[in-house]
Amino acid sequence: MPVYVNDKPVELGSQRWNCIQAAQQAGVFIPHYCWHEALSVVASCRMCLVEIGEWKDGKVVMQPKVVPGCQTPVKDGMVIVTGEYDRRDPTLPPLPYDPAYLQAGPPGSRAKKAQADTLEALLLNHPLDCPVCDKAGECLLQDYSFRYGRSTSRMIDPKNTPPNKPHISSKITLFTDRCIMCTRCVRFTREISGTGELCVVRRGHHEEIDVFPGRPLENKLAGNVVDLCPVGALGSKDFLYKQRVWYLHTRDSICSRCSSGCNIYVDSNKDIVYRLRPRYNPQVNGHFMCDDGRYGYHFTHAAERIRRAGLLQQPSTSASNDPDYPMRRWLAWPHLVSRLRQSLQSLGQQPQRRVAVILSPFLTVEEAFLLAKALRSLAPQAQLALGPVPVVGDDDRYPKDVHGRPVEPTRFIIRAEKCPNRRGVETVLRYWTGQVTPAEELLRQSWDALWFAGGYPEAAVVEAALPSHWSAPPLLVVQDLFPSPLTEAATFLFPATSSFEKEGTFINAMGIAQTFPRAVRPLIDARSELQLAHELLERPGLVQAAAVRRELGRAIPELAHLATIDPPAAPERIELATV
Amino acid sequence: MSYEPVLLARIDKPNSQRLEGYRQDGGYEAFARVLRELKPEEVVARVKESGLRGRGGAGFPTGVKWTFVPKGHPGPIYLAVNADESEPCTYNNRILMEKDPHQVLEGVLISSYAIQARVAYFYIRYEYGEAYRTLQAAIDELYQAGLLGRNILNSGFDLDVVLHRGAGAYICGEETGLIESLEGKRAWPRIKPPFPAVEGAFRKPTIVNNVETLACVTQILRRGVEWFRSLGVPPDPKNPRDLGSFGPKLYTLAGHVNEPKCVELPLGVTVRELVEKHGGGVWKGRKAKAVNPGGISMGFLRCDLPLKNAEGTEYDIPLDFNGPLRAGCLGLGTAAVTVIDDQTSMIDVVHNVCQFFSHESCGQCTPCREGTGWMLKIMERFRHGRGRREDLDILLDVAERIGIIPGTTICGLADGAGWPVKTAIRKFREEFEQAIRDATVSRYVRTLETVAAH
Ligand SMILES: Cc1cc2nc3c(=O)[nH]c(=O)nc-3n(C[C@H](O)[C@H](O)[C@H](O)COP(=O)(O)O)c2cc1C
Ligand code: SF4
Ligand code: SF4
Ligand code: SF4
Ligand code: FES
Repeated sequence: MPVYVNDKPVELGSQRWNCIQAAQQAGVFIPHYCWHEALSVVASCRMCLVEIGEWKDGKVVMQPKVVPGCQTPVKDGMVIVTGEYDRRDPTLPPLPYDPAYLQAGPPGSRAKKAQADTLEALLLNHPLDCPVCDKAGECLLQDYSFRYGRSTSRMIDPKNTPPNKPHISSKITLFTDRCIMCTRCVRFTREISGTGELCVVRRGHHEEIDVFPGRPLENKLAGNVVDLCPVGALGSKDFLYKQRVWYLHTRDSICSRCSSGCNIYVDSNKDIVYRLRPRYNPQVNGHFMCDDGRYGYHFTHAAERIRRAGLLQQPSTSASNDPDYPMRRWLAWPHLVSRLRQSLQSLGQQPQRRVAVILSPFLTVEEAFLLAKALRSLAPQAQLALGPVPVVGDDDRYPKDVHGRPVEPTRFIIRAEKCPNRRGVETVLRYWTGQVTPAEELLRQSWDALWFAGGYPEAAVVEAALPSHWSAPPLLVVQDLFPSPLTEAATFLFPATSSFEKEGTFINAMGIAQTFPRAVRPLIDARSELQLAHELLERPGLVQAAAVRRELGRAIPELAHLATIDPPAAPERIELATV
Repeated sequence: MSYEPVLLARIDKPNSQRLEGYRQDGGYEAFARVLRELKPEEVVARVKESGLRGRGGAGFPTGVKWTFVPKGHPGPIYLAVNADESEPCTYNNRILMEKDPHQVLEGVLISSYAIQARVAYFYIRYEYGEAYRTLQAAIDELYQAGLLGRNILNSGFDLDVVLHRGAGAYICGEETGLIESLEGKRAWPRIKPPFPAVEGAFRKPTIVNNVETLACVTQILRRGVEWFRSLGVPPDPKNPRDLGSFGPKLYTLAGHVNEPKCVELPLGVTVRELVEKHGGGVWKGRKAKAVNPGGISMGFLRCDLPLKNAEGTEYDIPLDFNGPLRAGCLGLGTAAVTVIDDQTSMIDVVHNVCQFFSHESCGQCTPCREGTGWMLKIMERFRHGRGRREDLDILLDVAERIGIIPGTTICGLADGAGWPVKTAIRKFREEFEQAIRDATVSRYVRTLETVAAH
C-alpha cells in the first residue's frame, strides 16, 4: 500500500523512512532543525510536526495530536498531512478524511499552527541580529520564519541575553543568544568525532551550549558544527565578517588536502575563495569534511605564490662573473611556450640525451595524461615518474573514544596521504610506462632535462624530496605554486594552479574518480597545466577538459567512464552588488 | 467508618526502619512465600488482578506494565525504583522510605522476582538525605540477612539493590529522564518508543515503579488481591475504558490547611472530606479557594465552582483516578493536595507555579523550554501590576499548546506546566482581569524576587 503525503501517493518499498524522508519522496518538504540524517534522532525542536492517520473502513482516520515527523517511522498505508497541505498539488483528489477531523479545521491546520508556534517560541529569546549575523541569508531560522512563521511578535518582555562564548574554540565562536538548542553540534562531537567537547549547561530557557572547563572544542572535525548549526550561533572565526553569503559564488569541488577526496562547496567572490563547506556524498565523505581541508584553502591566495612565467637568463659567456646573473626574465606566455617546445624537440631528436618528467599527485588525471602525452610526443625517450607523495602520520579515524583511540564503526577518515590524486596519476603513468617510478629515484640521477609538474601547496614537500647534493640539469622546467630550490633553479618557470582554479578529475584513496569544475579563475598570468600541455601539442585555442577526458577515456580502459562525465556548468548568477 | 492504615501502619513504632522489627511484624514472609510458591508470572498475574495502578503520577496499571518486558528476554532486566519524588507538596514516598524502608524493599524484592530482574536501581531524590541513609542501612541489613545477594533463601534467585542518589532536578523523576540520569547523563527524557520496559537503562528492559507502588505490591502479596480490591472505587460500568481505582493511597496535605500531613485512605475520598476532616480545615478560619488535587501539575480545582452533571462543587470531587478529570484537571497525579485560601492571589500562585516549571524544564523541547519561560515572564509582569488582557490569551494559548497531549513535547512536564496555568485562568479569569484593571502589584514582589531557586 502506498503512503500518502498531502494526498499524494508514494510507493516507498521496503525502505525504512521517517515522515520527513517519505515526504521528500513525494516532493513535500517538512522543515526540521534537530533532525540530521547523520545524527541520532532527538525529536526536540518540534519544527517537523505533522499530522498522521490511517485508513479505516474506507476513510482516513487521523490522530488527534501532532507528531514529530523525524521520529515517526512510516508504515504502509500511512497518511501524512503536513502544515503545507494548503499548498499541495490541487489536481490531486482529496482523500476521504474522517468528517470529524475536517470539522476541526482544514487538513494540516493543526500542524501549521504547531509549526508556527514552534517558530514563535524559538524567536522569543532570539536577538534581532540578522543585520550583523554571519548566517543571515542562509539561516534556517530566517527561512522557516519567513515561510512557516508569523510576521509579528507577541513577546513584549525582555529577552534573555546570555554572554557570547568566543573561547569555546580557537576556530569557532558561539553567539550564545542565537542558539536554538537543536543540539546538532553536541551530538556531532559525541557521535561523529567522538571527542565530546560540547555539552548543554543550565536548564529551561536559560540553557546554553558550552564546553567543559579547560577542554575547548579542538578536534580535526570541529568545523562541521558550524555547517550543522542551522542558525548563526556557531560561527567560523575564519569566515566571520568576511562576506555576506549572498555575494558568494558556490561551486562544487573536491578537497585536495588528502586522498579521501571529500566533496566540497567552494564559496568565493570575485575569484577569491572565502569558505569551503562539505558537500554530501554518501560514498566518500558523507556530510562532513575535516578542518585541515576546510581551512586549507588559504594557500591559494598566499602572497608568496609564483605569479608569472619566466625564463632563467644565463650570462652570455660562461666565464662571466656578473653578479646579476643568472636572472629571471618574465616573458610573455606564447614566447615561452614556443621556446620551450623548441628546446624539447631538439632533445627529442637526440635519443641519447636523458629526459625526465615528474608528475605530482596534485595534478588532475587530465593534466597528467596530457602532459605525459605532450612530453612523450616531443621527447619520446622521456622517463616518467610520480612526484613526491606527502604522507603525515597514519590515517586518522573517527569517532574517537575518551582516550583518543578510534572506535568502530568508522564514520570519518582523514588520510595520512596528503594529496588528492596519487591513484589517478599512477593510472596515467602505468598507461604510458607500464609502471610507477617514484620521483625520488629519478632525482638521484643526472639528467639533460627535467620537467617537474608540481602544484604542491607546501614547498617543503618538494624540498624534502631533493637529494642533499642535487644540482639542476641544463634544462629544468618547473610548474609549481610556491618557491622551492627547484623553482629557483628552473630554466623555465610556470605558475601552477590550485585545485580551485582548474577543472579536472581526482581519483581518491578508495579509487573513486571525481570530476570537478573550476571554482575560481587562476591568477591573472597563470594558465592551467592542461593549457600548457595543450599548447605544447600545438593544439589551437583553449583546452577543453571534457575533450581531454574523452581522449584519455579512449586510451585508458580503466578510465573509459570518464569520457562521458561533464561537471556541472556554472549556475546562472545575478550580480547583486559589488564589494 | 474509620480506616485502619496499612501502608503507614508501622511508621510510629520505635525503630520502625529496622529489619528486626519489620520481621517481627511479619515482614518478608510474603517475599519468602512468593519465592517458595509462586512462579514469576504468577506474581505478575496477581498484581495485574489486583488492579494496582502506579502511584507515581500516571496511574498506569502496574501488572500490565510488567508484562511489557519482552517474553523470554535473556536479560539483564532491571527494576528502577522511582524515588525522585519532586512534585511540589508531595512527600508520601519520603515517609515510607524514612519510616518503613523494608516495606518498600520487600516490594522491590517481590517485583524484581516477578520481572526477573537481577539488579534493582533505587534512584532517590538528592535532597532526601535521611531517607538515603535509612535505605542504605536497610539494604545493608538485607545483605547481612541473606535477603539480598546470591541464591536468596536457597531459591536460586539473585538480586542486588543499588541505591543511587539523584541529580537534583524534578525532571529526574520522569522515568526516562531517571534512566538517563542513572546512566550518568543529563536527565533529558527520551523519546518513546521504545518504552523503558522494552529498552531502558543501559538499553535493557527496565521497569520503573514508584516507591508507594512497590509498597502496595508488598501488601498485595501479603494480604491478597481480594483485600486490595475491597478498597477504593470499582470501574465505572458506563465507561469501558475505566480501570477502577483500587487500594489504599497516601494523600499528602499541604498549603493552607491546619494540619498539613500525610494520610492513608482508600482511593476515592473527596477533597472536601480530606481537607475538612483529615486536615483540620483551612487555616486561620479562612475558606478554601482553590485546590490542587495531585501536585501542582494537575491544575486547579475551584472550590465554589458547581460540577457539571453532578451535585456539589469541584471541592466535592473524589480523589480517585477519575475524579480530577471531571473538573478539568490532568489527573490524580501524586495525590498531593495543596489548599489555597481565599486571601491568596491566584496571580501569586500561578507565578510561583510558572517559576517552578520554567526552572525545572529540562530545556530539550522548544515548546516547553520557551513556553515555560515566556509564561513566567508574563506572570512576572502581572505581579508588578503590568498584566494586559492579551496576556491572558497568550497564556492560554501557550498552556494549551505545550505537552505530550497536543503532541508538541517529549515528556509530560510540559503538560503539567500548562495545566495549572490554563485551569487557573479559565476558573479565576475575573481575578486576573481585576488585577489588570487595578494594576495590582503583588504583596510578595520584593521579598520573593530575591529568593533564588536552587
Ligand atoms: C516531569 C515528571 C516528573 C515525574 N516525577 C516523578 C517522581 O518524582 N516520582 C515518580 O514516581 N514518578 C514520577 N513521574 C512519573 C514517572 O514518569 C513514571 O510514570 C512513574 O515513575 C511510573 O511509576 P508507577 O507506574 O509506579 O507510578 C514523573 C513524570 C513526569 C512527567
Ligand atoms: S541566526 Fe538567523 S535569525 Fe538569528 S540573527 Fe542570525 S540570521 Fe537572523
Ligand atoms: S549552537 Fe547551533 S547547532 Fe548547536 S545547539 Fe545551538 S543552534 Fe544547534
Ligand atoms: S517536555 Fe520539557 S521537561 Fe519534558 S523533555 Fe521536553 S523540554 Fe524537557
Ligand atoms: S526535526 Fe523533528 S523535532 Fe526537530
